[in-house]
Amino acid sequence: MDAPASEKRLEQLREKAWQEGVVPGRGVDVIGGPIPRKPGYYGEPVVKPPVWTWEIPLYFFFGGIAGMSAVIALAAVLFHHVDVARAAMWLAAIAGAILSPILLILDLGRPHLFLNMLRVFKHRSAMSMGAWILTAFGACAVPGLIALELHAHQIFAGTLDQLLSFAAGIFIFGAAIFGTLLATYTGVLIGATAIPAWFLHRTLLPIHFGTAGLGSAAAVLELFGHRISALNFIGFYAAAVETALLIWLSVNKHGAADRAIHEHSSGWLIRIGEVLNGPLALILRFFGLGSFAAISFLIGALVSRVGWIAVGKVSGSDPESVFAAERY
Amino acid sequence: MIGEGTHSTNQRRHNYVQERVEVGFFTDPTVCIGCKACEVACKEWNEVPDDGFTWSGNSYDNTGHLGASTWRHVLFLEQDRQKGNQLVGSHSLGSGDGEDPFRWVFLSDVCKHCEEAGCLEACPTGSIVRTEVGSVLVQNDVCNGCGYCVVSCPFGVIDRRPEPLPNAGGAFKCTFCYDRQKSGLVPACAKVCPTESIVFGRLDDLRARASQRVQELKQNGYDDAQLYDPQETSVRGIHAFFLILGEPEAYGLPPKPQVPTIYLKSAWTAAFATAIASIIATLVAFAFSS
Repeated sequence: MDAPASEKRLEQLREKAWQEGVVPGRGVDVIGGPIPRKPGYYGEPVVKPPVWTWEIPLYFFFGGIAGMSAVIALAAVLFHHVDVARAAMWLAAIAGAILSPILLILDLGRPHLFLNMLRVFKHRSAMSMGAWILTAFGACAVPGLIALELHAHQIFAGTLDQLLSFAAGIFIFGAAIFGTLLATYTGVLIGATAIPAWFLHRTLLPIHFGTAGLGSAAAVLELFGHRISALNFIGFYAAAVETALLIWLSVNKHGAADRAIHEHSSGWLIRIGEVLNGPLALILRFFGLGSFAAISFLIGALVSRVGWIAVGKVSGSDPESVFAAERY
Repeated sequence: MIGEGTHSTNQRRHNYVQERVEVGFFTDPTVCIGCKACEVACKEWNEVPDDGFTWSGNSYDNTGHLGASTWRHVLFLEQDRQKGNQLVGSHSLGSGDGEDPFRWVFLSDVCKHCEEAGCLEACPTGSIVRTEVGSVLVQNDVCNGCGYCVVSCPFGVIDRRPEPLPNAGGAFKCTFCYDRQKSGLVPACAKVCPTESIVFGRLDDLRARASQRVQELKQNGYDDAQLYDPQETSVRGIHAFFLILGEPEAYGLPPKPQVPTIYLKSAWTAAFATAIASIIATLVAFAFSS
């Protein structure tokens, strides 16, 4: 605000005070003076809301898909669904080793210093663990994909091909293990913070993010034409878990402390997301509408990720939620 | 201490960094006159850019809150409470409370330099470190601006500096004037404070002095004087602690600040359980459809 504008605002307030004797509004919301009646300091936030922008919810979405794709690839390799395994590994490599790092680097305040993430290893920092998990995942998924493709196309013969097949197995196993962590650690990342609506749901968040990642990975593979019953089963499982989480979230309320989840536009995002990837996806799948269920689940997974970041911004800016959260 | 003149710990040179002595700030609002010299001195010494020229309408406080470009912030509280007995001046006869009780409270807020610091634990680059004197320091050339410290501070102190300010993109907060301390100088805010509302010194000395001050104030009618130094919570005490009149909420201070690492165990347990459940569900799905 420039100086003349604030002067003008001051004039407006004086005018209003003269006419009505009361000036409602921020900082002057009390009859007869500036003494605040609400707990807190003029409604100023007690903790800082996250500075993260659109890259982070997108990263949560793609990281979840990538990580859980590797799990599907592992199961597909074990049970001889080579086509599904190849598609899943492509998905894992593109979403996990290309899109995710790009999104993470874009979100940094100083993108050129992104390698500093690998300067230290701190198990008590979920952000540090996440950087290492993503690195390890990329280091498994990319060679895993290459080995699998070389083996599938029978580029080499004899012992070398057997070796490639073995290497593919090892790398895909590694990608699957780090993949499950990649899809779930994001819940820990925002759950272990000072933001009330986040830390109050720190057990729900990893379950939600991980399961949404699994369902999304299966949904993408289904939409690419891999209509096998295993992916349909995973779709049922993920939608059922998400439905249960929606019920848990609706029951496990904490009053003012997590009202960002139940009120405001942030609350609507969470609810729309959870309905789309929970009950709606379940019903659509029940009636055999697999593609629609997949689309519904994917949109839901993305919207709820956006919603959880929005919740953090609302909850972090709300001093009363911090004071209320101290009871829990 | 007031009246110590050049012998005050705010004015003496020291070797705390070399001697590895735990130091702190004790901030006492009952002697603060709200001059904001600490805000100015901090900005000048540390070359902190301006934080916007806005008119908040909240008393005489247009700074609002601590942030990337505000490392000292003087709060202006207008309370409909009685003052205590005034020790000097024309009010010395009574407690100063007429039909319309009113008191000003000014408090210079700052980074608390926690014993268990959320920002330090969260930092994935190792940019945030603990210094010899127990303070928490951001090494700005290492910080890549991931923003995780911002949501990990239970006091909402540290923030990422937005464009187009100088050094934008990095996380900033009070440095406890580590550069000055290394050279034996007192932090700029304490050095400049005209009433010694901000006192810099050895942490144990300050704690003793603070509890003595609370007793003194209570004897003089400030019944709601208390120390804000959360040693009972997971933060385990702070290096910049405050004397407050009334409840911490009124100062925007969380009554029970917690370091977010205490939430890690339950969150990781849920994450591992989800990881295992997802692998089992996927294997079962493929096993039964093969």
